[in-house]
Amino acid sequence: MIEIVPRTQKSNLISATIPIMAVILTMLFGGILFWSLGKNPFETIRMIFWDPLMNETFADYARPQILVKAAPLILIAIGLSFGFRANIWNIGAEGQFIMGAILSGSLGLYMYPQESSILFPLMIILGIFGGILWASIPGLLRAYFNTNEILVSLMLVYVAEQIMAAASIGFLRNPDGSGFPGSRNLSQYPSAANLEIIAGTGIHWGVATSIIAVLFFYILLHKHKFGFQVSISGISPKAARLSGINPKFLIIWCLGISGGLAGLAGMFELTGPAGQINIDFNVGYGFTAIIVAFLGRLNPIGIFFAGILMALTYVGGELTQFMLNLPAAAIQVFQGMLLFFLLSMDLLVNYKIKLKRS
Amino acid sequence: MTSTRPLTGTRQSQAIPLLSLSGITKSFSNIVANSNIKLSLNHGEIHALLGENGAGKSTLVKIIYGLISADSGEMYISNTKYRPKNPKDARKNRIGMVFQHFSLFNAMNVYENIAVGLDDSFSELDLRYRIIDLSKKYGLPLNPNDVVGNLSAGQQQRIEIVRCLLQSPKLLIMDEPTSVLNPMEIEQLFNTLRKLASEGTSILYISHKLNEVKELCNRATVLRGGKVIRTCNIKDYSTAEIAELMVGNSVKATVRTNKIFGETLLKIQNLYQDSEDPYGISIKNLNLEIKSGQILGIGGVSGNGQEELMTALSGELKPKKGKILFNGSLINSLNSEERRSLGIFSAPEERLGHAACPDMTLSDNVLITCSKTANLTKYGFIQKDLTKNLAQNIISKFDVRTKDFSSLASSLSGGNLQKFVVGRELLQNPKLLVINQPTWGVDAAAANFIRQAIINLAEAGTAVIIISQDLDELLEVSDDFTALVSGRISNPRPVGDLGLKDIGEMMSGTLLDD
Repeated sequence: MIEIVPRTQKSNLISATIPIMAVILTMLFGGILFWSLGKNPFETIRMIFWDPLMNETFADYARPQILVKAAPLILIAIGLSFGFRANIWNIGAEGQFIMGAILSGSLGLYMYPQESSILFPLMIILGIFGGILWASIPGLLRAYFNTNEILVSLMLVYVAEQIMAAASIGFLRNPDGSGFPGSRNLSQYPSAANLEIIAGTGIHWGVATSIIAVLFFYILLHKHKFGFQVSISGISPKAARLSGINPKFLIIWCLGISGGLAGLAGMFELTGPAGQINIDFNVGYGFTAIIVAFLGRLNPIGIFFAGILMALTYVGGELTQFMLNLPAAAIQVFQGMLLFFLLSMDLLVNYKIKLKRS
Repeated sequence: MTSTRPLTGTRQSQAIPLLSLSGITKSFSNIVANSNIKLSLNHGEIHALLGENGAGKSTLVKIIYGLISADSGEMYISNTKYRPKNPKDARKNRIGMVFQHFSLFNAMNVYENIAVGLDDSFSELDLRYRIIDLSKKYGLPLNPNDVVGNLSAGQQQRIEIVRCLLQSPKLLIMDEPTSVLNPMEIEQLFNTLRKLASEGTSILYISHKLNEVKELCNRATVLRGGKVIRTCNIKDYSTAEIAELMVGNSVKATVRTNKIFGETLLKIQNLYQDSEDPYGISIKNLNLEIKSGQILGIGGVSGNGQEELMTALSGELKPKKGKILFNGSLINSLNSEERRSLGIFSAPEERLGHAACPDMTLSDNVLITCSKTANLTKYGFIQKDLTKNLAQNIISKFDVRTKDFSSLASSLSGGNLQKFVVGRELLQNPKLLVINQPTWGVDAAAANFIRQAIINLAEAGTAVIIISQDLDELLEVSDDFTALVSGRISNPRPVGDLGLKDIGEMMSGTLLDD
């Protein structure tokens, strides 16, 4: 018989190796999934994890793509991680991502085609503001009316998607687009375009910002009072109260930070890789970032690597769809497995599994 | 030396006891909770298990009910060896237990709650009949279709009792059953218990309310410090005599060299404070004054507003009504950090999770209350060197036995963590210290150390409010004593003027005028 018993001491070694074990288990069970779909599991997994980085044919295209896809994941996940540490669950980063894009995009499209050097910075501010605005709805409702921020933020994703759809066929539609849905392409509007800083590397302003964010939020979390307040509120709310931390203040700040970063990511995505506001603008970065945040152990440095890994599965996943004709859903299941194994392995931090003779 | 030889009643002394324990010993890390316990229960007897909090009552009944296993010792049921692995084993041996805190689903009805908790399976109709039968027979009015959330504490307790009775127990353990009941419900409960006893069911009744025990029980076993002090026929003893057995004669080990009281420092006027717990006790119209250099002891059973008074004083919750004046100025609206800046420090009862954060290091834990007063941050950035130094300073000055400042709070023993918490507040030179259960669960040496530290603090001019269930402690350390009962306190009186009878009256709330 198998028995689960609590550990007397937390295992640091296990805590550190869990993400690696989760990745290995995901490969194992993902392999079984791919095999059951009639694909060679070894080839498929090599194509997801190895080919985008090292294969001569694909790497030149895939490496910059990994950074382009990792940047929004990292930005959003860092924001989410602060709330998650304090038990404040923003599940609606996808909606905040969309609203950041719509607000900043509106300004860009309004100014088109005038060139101005302050347009891009202004759009950045509006992007952050759009995300904060959208996140402040669940934030204020939770702080003052004790509503559940998980539900409110999640529901607001669907509202944001509808606004996005309305914008792309209505108030932001490209007047020269012969009636097709979608706005003008902002990446072709020099003042508003999020261009590559070094050509051919994929490093655009969003990538640079996410690296700065990793460092900034690492310092905020580990060296600043705010990080301490966030951590203690999550571990022992009563000790946080004794310390004099106002829970309302924390709820609003944590949702504000995550919303702002998601909105910022939306702005960079809109003005760079996506280019235009359209019905299919959002591809799930806001949700995948939840996995990234946990995979990175809610730590900015960890999130950086987790974001790269997750982007790898995206790029590699596309490669398998293209080369092996694997369904897109199979890759989503594969990514989902990663979070599933990570969270289930978390059990081992506090518990150990004992085999017992009955 | 006190005799441990049971002074049994005459009628049942010849019969084989239903349950007998011998040499039961149980220790938790460094605390011996039960030491060589001997106890025997006769058929149809209502037997009281008496003792102060921490005397080992709960541990003992948990051993009998199979929730924890004893380190050594033996138990017999009607002369057959009894060693329960879990509560299910205990129930198979027809031992039932009603806990102080109910385990019921509020959203489900009475029938469903009973059905869920049963080991044996009954058909629904059969079970409904049995519930109604039992509730009629034993005066436990219950409607199987009522939703539990809408019922009073007394009614909820009846569900638990009926659930036990369905297994036709030979022994029913009741843990502090009256703590949540009103006087009418208590009377009803006693009638039920007497009827059960008259039909041959033995009842082990845990309480520290002596009047109740005298009214209901035949014999009593008094525990103190994990040991049986005496088993006696309760009718032969006065309440005061039993109280003395429970409390014991403590040796005054702490030293007080001076008692110089200054100006009135804290004044509480007509304070009302709601409990956060829906079943908690709210503070009602509380008035209190304390001078600098004075130690005020507030006794009473935990759950009578102790937590609520604490949070009102620490600033964690704003008072509902009334005034809290510190040095003459109103501080109602100040939060705990702002109050600490004025010199009001508090050490809550719950050490892990409230006073300290279990998964953080000691150096991070000093940030909880000293961040501002010890200037541990600069432009919001934590000065790690300062936190480490302060933590290390507390560790050495207050004899905290641990590796160093990098230890996790959860790795410290209860006594050491409490020394750390007390030391943390003391080093900030408080003008007023409020401390709840300062030595609860702390070994004797550490408890003594903490008490002496509190006394030294008062001698240096700090006002101290100690909220404690430990009467010995309060009488030893405090200058003035009062008790918090049902959210209200009587007028504090100097400890020297108090006899056991006065204390008993204060703690039972009879001195409170309505």
